[in-house]
Amino acid sequence: MSDALALPAPVAARARRHPGARAEQWAAWTLAGPAMMLMWLMLLGPAVAVIVLSLTDWTFGAPAFEWIGLGNYAELWRDRVFWQSLRNTLAYVAFTVPTSVFLGLGVALLIEAGSSLKGLYRALFFLPVTSTLLAMALVFQFAFHPTVGLVNQAFGFVGLPTTDWLKNPATALYALGVIGIWQAVGLNMVLFLAGLKAIPKDLYEAAAIDGADSAWERFRRVTWPMLGPALVFVVTITAIRSFQVFDTVAVLTEGGPNKASSVLLYQMVQEGFSFLRSAYAAALTCVFLAFVLLLTWAQTQLLDKRAHYA
Amino acid sequence: MAAVTVAGLHKSFGATPVLRDVSLSVRDGEFLTLVGPSGCGKTTLLRIVAGLDHADAGSVLIDGHAVDALPPKRRDVAMVFQSYALYPYMTVRENMALPLAMRRLTRWQRLPLVGRLWPGSRLARAAIDARVEATAAPLGLAPLLARRPAQLSGGQRQRVALGRAMVREPKVFLMDEPLSNLDAKLRMATRSEIAQLHRSLGATFVYVTHDQVEAMTMSDRVALMMDGRVLQLAAPQEIYDDPAELRVAEFIGTPKINVLQARRMDGALRVGTQRWPLDVGAGQGRPGPAAVQLAVRPEWWAMREAGAPAQPGEALLEGQVAHQEPLGSETLVHVQVPGQEAPVVAKVPPAEARGLAIGQPVVLATRRALAFDEQGMRLRDVRWFGERRFGVVGGPGGALHV
Amino acid sequence: MPEADAAVAAPPSPMQGRRSPAAHPVPGSRPLAWRVLRHALLGSGALLMVLPFVLMISISLKPPGEIFAPGFRLLPEQWHALENYRLAFQKQPLGRFLLNGVFVTFCIFAAQALFALPCAYALAKLRWRGREASFLFVLLALLVPPQVPAIPLYIGLWKLQLLDSYAALILPSTISVFGIFLMRQFFKTVPDDLLHAARLDGMSELGIVWRVMLPTALPALVAFGLLSLVWNWNDFFWPLLVIQTETLATPPLGVVFFSNAEAGTNYGPLMAAATVITAPLVIAFLLAQRWFIDGVTMTAVK
Repeated sequence: MSDALALPAPVAARARRHPGARAEQWAAWTLAGPAMMLMWLMLLGPAVAVIVLSLTDWTFGAPAFEWIGLGNYAELWRDRVFWQSLRNTLAYVAFTVPTSVFLGLGVALLIEAGSSLKGLYRALFFLPVTSTLLAMALVFQFAFHPTVGLVNQAFGFVGLPTTDWLKNPATALYALGVIGIWQAVGLNMVLFLAGLKAIPKDLYEAAAIDGADSAWERFRRVTWPMLGPALVFVVTITAIRSFQVFDTVAVLTEGGPNKASSVLLYQMVQEGFSFLRSAYAAALTCVFLAFVLLLTWAQTQLLDKRAHYA
Repeated sequence: MAAVTVAGLHKSFGATPVLRDVSLSVRDGEFLTLVGPSGCGKTTLLRIVAGLDHADAGSVLIDGHAVDALPPKRRDVAMVFQSYALYPYMTVRENMALPLAMRRLTRWQRLPLVGRLWPGSRLARAAIDARVEATAAPLGLAPLLARRPAQLSGGQRQRVALGRAMVREPKVFLMDEPLSNLDAKLRMATRSEIAQLHRSLGATFVYVTHDQVEAMTMSDRVALMMDGRVLQLAAPQEIYDDPAELRVAEFIGTPKINVLQARRMDGALRVGTQRWPLDVGAGQGRPGPAAVQLAVRPEWWAMREAGAPAQPGEALLEGQVAHQEPLGSETLVHVQVPGQEAPVVAKVPPAEARGLAIGQPVVLATRRALAFDEQGMRLRDVRWFGERRFGVVGGPGGALHV
Repeated sequence: MPEADAAVAAPPSPMQGRRSPAAHPVPGSRPLAWRVLRHALLGSGALLMVLPFVLMISISLKPPGEIFAPGFRLLPEQWHALENYRLAFQKQPLGRFLLNGVFVTFCIFAAQALFALPCAYALAKLRWRGREASFLFVLLALLVPPQVPAIPLYIGLWKLQLLDSYAALILPSTISVFGIFLMRQFFKTVPDDLLHAARLDGMSELGIVWRVMLPTALPALVAFGLLSLVWNWNDFFWPLLVIQTETLATPPLGVVFFSNAEAGTNYGPLMAAATVITAPLVIAFLLAQRWFIDGVTMTAVK
């Protein structure tokens, strides 16, 4: 291919004619260069910096620092608050992910199982995903109010136990989890709807002819297996988002009461920006990153196993 | 093995009618092909027989019983889909075992995990396995039983689809264009395999295709459908020789039959400037329509030199050679005839076409033609004038049916 | 599910209203009990989803007396809406928060598109040394959650004295590796011949990006834009770290400022503020539902 490439003139370079490959090389770097540079500057560079920082003892504004190797991590290991945060985060993930994934799946199945009002339901369930979480969090805060909140009023009405959901150490984290589930269901539903639509119609017809035409058999023989990859994807996405929980913790409970709802990111922000222990916060960030990478790795492994699909 | 009858089927999707008053019968053990262009309703008809769609009106009978209210699984039919519809996450063995598992195991025995421990489950599953293996062996699938569809070639997948249909020994086999996803060579090989399968099983096959070659070569009878109607239901040779409509004659046969517009004048037909020695009546001695469409199969033409006179009982066309297609065993000669839009295609032995140049004037002669009225309906009362006719029922002269 | 005992000539639903076969493929009328159950389940679920919005609006319309009154009423006896909303706008520069949101998300997306599109094109269609490595780094960057670079970025901005400014809000998000990835996947589907033809016509590579690739991958860009919009509008983590000045706050941060200022007792105006903050995106979604949902599914099929 001996096309003469007319090169762009971002700077005051005059258009010249180069033979094929060199011109392509030049063009590519001009096009991709800025983005690559920004990527290193804003993302990868700082990510590396965080890892490096976690090996020092720098505090914000300090004129100098020392290399302390894994000292921060050792301190993390001994830090009661860290373990609490980690436990809380894992508990939060364990609570919100299965619930929101299966609710999302159930809603998607129900919507597709009929033909009326599909669009309406889809919109209503997706609405929370677009809302500003913090604004809605305040609404939830009101709803969780011990006396005038809707939750306690409704529970009291039917005789269920009531408490100050956000201030009770046993329930605070799960109250926040409810908010997280509320926002995640719609997104999962949409992803599952896409997965359901991708299932070829004639599989169901073949199953019907083979004898599997009850709702349970169709789900078990066709829907569930075919949703496998979608399921793995949704679980991973939801889990990673759950790991990133921060907004509701910061605004509604501030990690309390008594660290009952402190999560990894919240502790990281506290250590790094309230206590100004930047290096320690960097170590926390690395732990956070490690978990997210672990989740992603698990996803690729699971997806690979199912790579026998055509 | 059972006969299938559909009576008075009507079906519309929204405002679009897809089947208009379709009735036909498939005999017990017969291989019947539904053939026609896309959109003619053949697949819809098949799906209605299978129970995957419901007709707006009309009924379906299998083995004498009305099955309209029955779901597919109770009709005792098996279907091979165009895309095969194999369960991608199941092995070949599991694909073939599923129809049996659904029928022979109780719902408790079918439960995941627990079901295997249910009483009676072991024996039933062993019987199923035996049946699967017995069905897989003649199809050449025995070494592939543990594989998944993604690991199979197109031809192998097709056989698994067949195996899955066969394993249940159903009354009727329904096939929806099963060969269309195969390449040409594989298609030919599989065609004969399916035909042999039909012979060995002796079951009733209803086969849908848009390929007329498949229809002609595999079937006991062919139902040609267009625009939601069955135009003709007959054995392949009969459809070829004795089409009921012009559309049928045009659909069957490669290359396409030549259609010539003719007018009745002075008791004979004029094709362009040529006078053809035949007349078409409306039957019972009444004169026929003024405008007639004559159809001549490419192999009914003989090539003559330009200016050659007509022999008795022959019809002629004069034109110029526009194009030649040597096929080896015969040659297709395209002749541009004045007054006819499309070139007339003649299929002649290579010797006759040797030495022909583009633009060379030639004469085409025939003694055989099918006649249709302006609407395309067949006119059977055709009389050729002239002396002894060749290969025609009846005697020399007089009213003859061609 | 009981088998549908359809009458012989039961008219099926027309092609247009065809149900997805994840449902009953058996044609014919479906049991009424099942349809009622489905609507009951979906309806109650939808109600729970929508309840917080309803609650929010309802409270924003009520006077303080009614808010804390026992028992729940949807509409107020005494309409206090004007006062609440007026108070909300007075106490805090709500309008400013919204404007900031618009401005910041717009700038971010514009920058993202500006950098990501040419890069995606280069990765998808051009052959150059370093392409594979660069793409690998893009994938690597995809794995990194946005909160990880926070501390070093903060330090960097502090050193440059850019903290507490629009630049601090916009700069770190100008690169979207997700955008690069998404657009690359779409660009790959554009036929090469289109590019050859453009080059033969004398178009520059940059011209190709904007005049050939972009129109073809417009749906993907729209999807990317919507996701970027929603994410950046609702981002709280980063603005919390870098912004102190009220007038620079983006909507979520504005809500928090408001909530702090109100000490959490004046719920009426607080809910009014929440409603105002939430409204833009929700309205945008309701108007352009298809785009939002298609966008999400499209990116998921990455």
